[in-house]
Amino acid sequence: MASLSETHIRERLHDLRVLWRRVWAYPVTPAIMALVLVLCIGLTFPGEKPIVYGDDGQEMQLPAAFHKWTTHRDTLRLVSVYGILACGMTVVIITAGIDLSVGSVLGLTAVCFPLLLMYFHWPPVLAVCGTLAIGTVCGLVSGGITAVFRIQPFIVTLAMMVFARGLAKAVTGGKKAPLYIQSEDGTIHYPPVVQAIRTRWFDDNLAVVTVVFLISALITWILLSRLRWGRYLYAIGGNEQAARLSGVPVAASKILAYALAGLFSAVAGICQAAQETNGDPEAGATYELTAIAIVVIGGTNLMGGSGGIGLTVLGALTIGYIQKILSINQVPEAWRLMLTGIIIVAAVLVQRRRA
Amino acid sequence: MTSLTETDLAPAASTSLVDVRGVSKSFGATRALIKGNFDVRPGEVHVLAGENGAGKSTLIKILGGVHRPDAGTVCRDGAPISFRSPREAMAAGVSVIHQELSLIPTMSVMDNIMLGREHSVLGFMTRESQRAFVDGALARIGLAIDPDRLLGSLPVGAQQMIEICKALSTGSGSRLIIMDEPTSALTEPEVERLFTAIAGLKADGCGIIYITHKLEEVYRIADRITVLRDGQHVITAPVDAMPANELIRHMVGRPLAEQIKRRAPLPGVTVLTALGLTVIDRTVHSDAAASPDGTRRVRVSPMNLTVRAGEIVGLAGLQGSGAGDVLAAVFGALDSRYAVHGSMTLAGRSYIPQSPGRAIANGVALLTSDRHRTGFVPAMSIRANTSLAALQTVSPLGWLLMARERALADAVIQTLRVRAQAMTVPITTLSGGNQQKIVLAKWMCTSPRLLLLDEPTRGVDVGAKHEIYELMNQWTEQGMGILLITSEMPELLAMADRIVVMHRGRVMDVMTRNQADAERIIHAAMGGEINGIAE
Repeated sequence: MASLSETHIRERLHDLRVLWRRVWAYPVTPAIMALVLVLCIGLTFPGEKPIVYGDDGQEMQLPAAFHKWTTHRDTLRLVSVYGILACGMTVVIITAGIDLSVGSVLGLTAVCFPLLLMYFHWPPVLAVCGTLAIGTVCGLVSGGITAVFRIQPFIVTLAMMVFARGLAKAVTGGKKAPLYIQSEDGTIHYPPVVQAIRTRWFDDNLAVVTVVFLISALITWILLSRLRWGRYLYAIGGNEQAARLSGVPVAASKILAYALAGLFSAVAGICQAAQETNGDPEAGATYELTAIAIVVIGGTNLMGGSGGIGLTVLGALTIGYIQKILSINQVPEAWRLMLTGIIIVAAVLVQRRRA
Repeated sequence: MTSLTETDLAPAASTSLVDVRGVSKSFGATRALIKGNFDVRPGEVHVLAGENGAGKSTLIKILGGVHRPDAGTVCRDGAPISFRSPREAMAAGVSVIHQELSLIPTMSVMDNIMLGREHSVLGFMTRESQRAFVDGALARIGLAIDPDRLLGSLPVGAQQMIEICKALSTGSGSRLIIMDEPTSALTEPEVERLFTAIAGLKADGCGIIYITHKLEEVYRIADRITVLRDGQHVITAPVDAMPANELIRHMVGRPLAEQIKRRAPLPGVTVLTALGLTVIDRTVHSDAAASPDGTRRVRVSPMNLTVRAGEIVGLAGLQGSGAGDVLAAVFGALDSRYAVHGSMTLAGRSYIPQSPGRAIANGVALLTSDRHRTGFVPAMSIRANTSLAALQTVSPLGWLLMARERALADAVIQTLRVRAQAMTVPITTLSGGNQQKIVLAKWMCTSPRLLLLDEPTRGVDVGAKHEIYELMNQWTEQGMGILLITSEMPELLAMADRIVVMHRGRVMDVMTRNQADAERIIHAAMGGEINGIAE
């Protein structure tokens, strides 16, 4: 009997191991694990419990920050702009490329939007479309130079990063472009479109920018999993020569990827400007690095050919929570940066696959 | 003790620089070398001959310390040795000059020669002592090259000489130098200079193992010749005792594998005609025969070619024959570096191959020779790899119809009998033979009328090989035309209905299946006299 149960246990263990291996083989498993790990850190360090004194002088303890819904809601809202950039970055990285210009294009479009809307008085729909077109053109130029002249995307988009930042400063003369009207009595009015983007629905619980992020992710998902062009992007990133010899339009596909990254940068730029109620030519500096970190922490390989948008959404949440947890625990800026660096490396190491 | 007895058993070894006795090496199920015997004496050039896959590279890799033999002994100056790494072999005075250069073009000549063994004091490189060493090494083989020049700025021929110079300046003791097709990138005068250097080395008592695919070179420099075939030692003889026809007979020598059965249907309508097909390398100046880096200007001299429905046309040739360029030109796969001239028709219609995409749309498919580099996308699933070239047919307006994709890919995969656990696992989980079948399946999804096959059975096990031959039979019966490149002689002789032999971009011979024999093909492929060209 004893030996029988022993073999039984052994078989069970074996089954579990097989099951684990199968679960681990899903690309999302490590990404989810990284997120869960960060959430556990959040539960361990939920922040100080603020003590308030009631009217009767009685001490009252409020729940710690991490145990409050508002914290999670803010995390989502704050990571949305980065998440929108990361959508475009995912598409580009899948082709084994990189786009360093997304932060600067965000800055450029953040000043172009107020310019078109407030200065040229374009109708809101046209102003939005015009801004999106400017971002897309930036991407088309980067992608075109990369694909046609076969220059490394790192260099081309680095150049675009510098150029777009300069253009943003040139457009406004280095000043912030306001997205509000201050009447003579000092009250501030926002144009309806700006107000719409800044809004948070359901008692401040759902920010419009978060919805924009989720729609961007949905569009990217459709491209990557349901359109022919998405398949082309994976093929190019996985083996460009084989893709070319299979009739894949390599140059056109690459240009599409960078144009999409530019478009999403413009979307992020409009969101950023509306949230801040002005277009700052300095907006978006170093955002490209956060976007890359989100994509990588999600598990999309920088070598191209694999990954997906679901991973990027998980990566955005992970990065967002890291930031939030560090801030609710009042970790000083210097330590926050160092810890973020360490956590990124740790998360990527956790995700590394068995060979 | 053991080493003593072994040395006693092989007294002849004492006079040899290197003596290989009964050495075997297997890779998985493939027996690359079976009881190979071979020796090199001081002051001789020993030519190693054999077709592709005969075991030549395995043998020199064992001598160079890349592979370790499974059985047998290797003696160096009479003492048994076993190199564990190329470094050990180098230290023992065995230098291998590979076909591909192992130099770094962005570094100077001196830094290249000294790489990995820089002279230094406390980590600081001592320039003077390095300079003296390099000057000496260059002078020894009569090279007048500034050691400070960037290696990449030199013509390939000179780079090859630097490689030789580097190889000769390593290690110590009586030297064994292995040259694997050293002249493939050299121009005529450079070849002459190399041969002069070889003569000097012989006079110094060095032994040289020389591998070449060029007959005239064999008879210019060989002292002895050893022929390998299918991993086995066939014969070793002094060059005087082995005339060219004898050598070719030994290289081919096998009873041709009879199990490959070709069922040739009656040829139908013409699928492809190419008139005056020419491929020119634009980067080579028009009044030069070859560029500084040794590549020819005219990759393919004007040639005519027809392939009919149901016919397999074999394109035979050794390395650099231009056969691969012909396939790439027909598929539109050559980049803007090359200019393609001539007129082509495909199924009676004028055809200009501009890009692989256009070629596929016109019913042309190209199976490339290196499936890992150019055949499949490793990160993608079996199914996605299969449907890749035919995605347009399953995605109207760009929207992928998953069900239609699955139906198309899985049906083709089934006819090819691929053994896989699921169609959604990465293609890299398959065996080499099944990977190759998936790449073939990819092309079947595009329903081609002209199939260009470059080494369709390379790196494929015997079972899969025969399945691929059977598929080729079925496809031609269905009216497909096939243009086949293969370096395996039995495959070519068995499968091709007509054979076009090329040498350095020129058609040397054309023969039908009945006229074809291995000796005639090898003779033409090695640049032998033309015995009557049909086309």
